[in-house]
Amino acid sequence: MNDRLAGHVKFDNVGLRYGTDPEVLSNLSFTLYPGSFYFLTGASGAGKTSLLKLLYLAQRPSRGAIRMFGQDLITMPRERLPDLRRRLGVVFQNFRLVPHLTAFDNVALPLRLAGADEKRVVKAVAEMLDWVGLTHRAHAIPATLSGGEQQRVAIARAVIARPQMLIADEPTGNVDPEMALKLLRLFEALNNRVGTTVVVATHDVHLLKKVPDSLIMRLNKGQLSDPTGALRYPPRPSVAGDSGA
Amino acid sequence: MNTPSPPLSDAPETDSAADVVAPARNRAAARLLPATRFAGPIPWVIAILIALVVIAAAGGLALKNLATSASADLSAAVTVQVIEPNPDLRAARGADAVRVLTALDGVRAVRLVPEAELVALLEPWLGEGAASGDVPIPALIDVELSRSAAPDDIARIAAALEQTVPGARVDAQSDWLQPVYRALSALQWLALGLIALVALATAAAVWLAARNAFAGARDTVEIIHLLGATDRQISAVFLRTVLREAAFGAVVGAGLGVAAVLLLGQQFAALDSGLTSGGGFGLAEWLVIAAVPLAGVLIALLTARITIALALKDML
Repeated sequence: MNDRLAGHVKFDNVGLRYGTDPEVLSNLSFTLYPGSFYFLTGASGAGKTSLLKLLYLAQRPSRGAIRMFGQDLITMPRERLPDLRRRLGVVFQNFRLVPHLTAFDNVALPLRLAGADEKRVVKAVAEMLDWVGLTHRAHAIPATLSGGEQQRVAIARAVIARPQMLIADEPTGNVDPEMALKLLRLFEALNNRVGTTVVVATHDVHLLKKVPDSLIMRLNKGQLSDPTGALRYPPRPSVAGDSGA
Repeated sequence: MNTPSPPLSDAPETDSAADVVAPARNRAAARLLPATRFAGPIPWVIAILIALVVIAAAGGLALKNLATSASADLSAAVTVQVIEPNPDLRAARGADAVRVLTALDGVRAVRLVPEAELVALLEPWLGEGAASGDVPIPALIDVELSRSAAPDDIARIAAALEQTVPGARVDAQSDWLQPVYRALSALQWLALGLIALVALATAAAVWLAARNAFAGARDTVEIIHLLGATDRQISAVFLRTVLREAAFGAVVGAGLGVAAVLLLGQQFAALDSGLTSGGGFGLAEWLVIAAVPLAGVLIALLTARITIALALKDML
């Protein structure tokens, strides 16, 4: 089965608990298909961030199986995880910018970690900063940036390497509606033009309507429901994202 | 809303945007972690420890040279004492002993120590009475063998003298220095033990410093870890800091240690003592001393590498 049919990510009866606490995620079984656009919704405490942590490889599940890009995450040695992480772009909930680096260097991080040529890094980062409207703040360190600016830097960092899967935790929470729409268009462009699978966790129900072909995953007390049928009836492999929205 | 296309094409052809924001041409800007230094006085602690090792190593090497030199000088030397209260008879028996000894196989040189020399040797202890003749002084004969004096050689010399010079006492000179050799050997082991302890202390200091440095940068490490940094990339950042700080401490410590060694060397040279003159250094000893700071830096790097690797293993 090729990657497109098999999906980027496959969860099979996954559960997650922290220490000896009750499970925050229970019996999650779903597949994320390449090139699809998913919204992950749910009330605060529903487990969205925990699920995203599993997706961006910050956490191993307490039980169950996860396959990502055709590889078994449960048995994969940790030395091989950086390769997988470099195929992901992540917008963390609290941005997690590196505090001593400038906006420019924060955005450049994924490219530099991947060993990109510095000339290419400079061009790509400059253009990305220009696009998110932060050229004039390129030399600023995160502490001197507003919340919205930090968020735009975080998003620019997440998409700069054109990841195979973009995972964003409340990416539009701190920006004005115009910038929120602009960022959403960036995600859509990644999704449509580059084929990036996008998973956006959000509270904002209005955002869901802005991306008509999106699929919705809803978390409630650690359990996943499937209001658009995306999980039960995944998008056809040939045209990602055309069902269930 | 008219939204311009996002920059998802390959890198732009023009440099215009890049020229505005090109801080990364400075490689320092590409640092993954802040240019943190080891907290507190760790480089100075390393300097002190390295200085101690240099001094201990130099002491151990000097003692080794001293023991080797003394042993080489005395191993073939035998002393014959002719104990006779009558001065005339003592002189005659001394001459007889020289004759017998000179005729023996394996004897390279025989010297009857002049009485004036003996008196001069004893004068510091006996005062002017040493020359008065009231205190009988044995005749002393220095014998140099062509090889180290084994117990068989001593017995052979004693047997040869038995008939001609009854009561002559034969001693290997190295026997008198056995307690000194044992003391020198003990001091060498002490120096070695000291070096081992200081090496452990250096490793412990670096371990603590590396752990603290890692803890201080943990948030940043987690971020770049999640962005795809490998353990090797993260370790390299810490090891650069360790290398810089340990090298500083090693150079300063080696400088202090060598200065102390040279100063002590001058002090011992001023003693003008035959015993201490054999403790001087050649090229080999200075190479060993030069290896101390290098070994210190290697220990620091190895310790830091292991510490960081263990800390990173706690992360997924």
